Amino acid sequence: MTQAQKVLEIQHLKKQYGNDAVLKDISLDIHQGEVVVIVGPSGCGKSTLLRCINGLEPIQAGDILLDGKVITDGKTQWSQIRQKIGMVFQNYDLFPHMTVIDNVLLGPTKVQGRTKQEAAADAKKLLERVGLLDKTNSYPRQLSGGQKQRAAIVRALMMEPEMMLFDEITAALDPEMVREVLDVVLELAKGGMTMIIVTHEMQFARAIADRIVFIDSGEIVETGNPEEFFTQPKTERARKFLNIFNY
Amino acid sequence: MQDLGIRVLFEGSNFLRLLGGLWITVKIALISVSISFVLGIFLGIVMTLKNPVTKAITRIYLEFVRIMPQLVLLFLVYFGLTRAFQINLSGQLSAVIVFVVWGTAEMGDLVRSALISISKHQYESGTALGLTNLQVYRYIIIPQTVRRLLPLSINLMTRMVKTTSLIVLIGVVEVLKVGQQIIEANRYTAPSGALWIYGTIFLLYFIVCFPISRLAGRLEKRWMN
Repeated sequence: MTQAQKVLEIQHLKKQYGNDAVLKDISLDIHQGEVVVIVGPSGCGKSTLLRCINGLEPIQAGDILLDGKVITDGKTQWSQIRQKIGMVFQNYDLFPHMTVIDNVLLGPTKVQGRTKQEAAADAKKLLERVGLLDKTNSYPRQLSGGQKQRAAIVRALMMEPEMMLFDEITAALDPEMVREVLDVVLELAKGGMTMIIVTHEMQFARAIADRIVFIDSGEIVETGNPEEFFTQPKTERARKFLNIFNY
Repeated sequence: MQDLGIRVLFEGSNFLRLLGGLWITVKIALISVSISFVLGIFLGIVMTLKNPVTKAITRIYLEFVRIMPQLVLLFLVYFGLTRAFQINLSGQLSAVIVFVVWGTAEMGDLVRSALISISKHQYESGTALGLTNLQVYRYIIIPQTVRRLLPLSINLMTRMVKTTSLIVLIGVVEVLKVGQQIIEANRYTAPSGALWIYGTIFLLYFIVCFPISRLAGRLEKRWMN
């Protein structure tokens, strides 16, 4: 197998809030079509890392490269970059005053200048894929948590991103709805989407990941393929962390 | 007796005079509401700033106006200014000043609460889609703020219309005063006139306020998140 192209390169990234170092020295490459799952204890900086990647948080040192180009040099048009990096958050933040279809069309029509009609055809296809075609004209308040999160995924996909970031997208869901959302992500993975996923669902992480990255206290402590990581973690810290999930 | 009472209402131009009085009421309310809403929006934005100085000043202003009964404010402006500084304001102008001072404070607080009630995730979701700051406000934040604000501000509007009845006490001839004059003039010929006149005034206030409050209720239901 030839080495796939690097989509994203993170080099010695440092992030601080005041004197508090949240990310100390993170280096990580993501390849085309790769699914990287980041796990780690709460507050270890994994969500912050995702937020740095699409510029929601300023960084103090290091570089992030997208398709070989530095995007953290201060000259970046973040609006351009964010179209290439889709992001879905924990709290399925659909815009409550818009219907599902208006939510997913806002980006394509206002940012990319596509016509509503043309984009709507794409939107319908995606909504159908995630099983929400009958909710096209519903308002977010009429949807369940799982449906909202699936709509939020469609909203991000509508920008035709090169890669997706998922930030604990099932953490705020009732347990019975976790599956329907994870199935959508799994299907995306099969379709070859490059993804970075932050999650607490270890079973899911094991099933979907090409590579597990374990972060603790702002550092990458261990990386490896999921089978190895979950059965024979190399570090003591990873072992401790995984023990929390075993009753 | 009762037929005599209702007669007062239609005698001469009495009913038209009442409507004239109502117009004064509505006019003062409308002017005050319009100015208050514009100033209130600015005040509300200023109140969300993180600056401790503006925070303290706006806070004191809001508390002061809220604690003072509107009647005291009216007396303060109408009588107090005249006595202390020889500034002679007409009753109507005093009324507008007081209601603007009060309405701006209340409106500012409504705007402030509407603005801070929109979660930062809404800003971030929009930003993450690639929308510019301006677009985030235009398509996401402002529409939601307006939806939250409209029912509340319409509510405030009806409260201001009702409170204008106080200005009779600083000598403004509005609907209530006209009513009193009519009743006084007919005290001996139609003693039960008071019931009819005040009853009519009640209805007039109702006709003005009810549609406004119904509108607020409907908007609230339609835009419920």
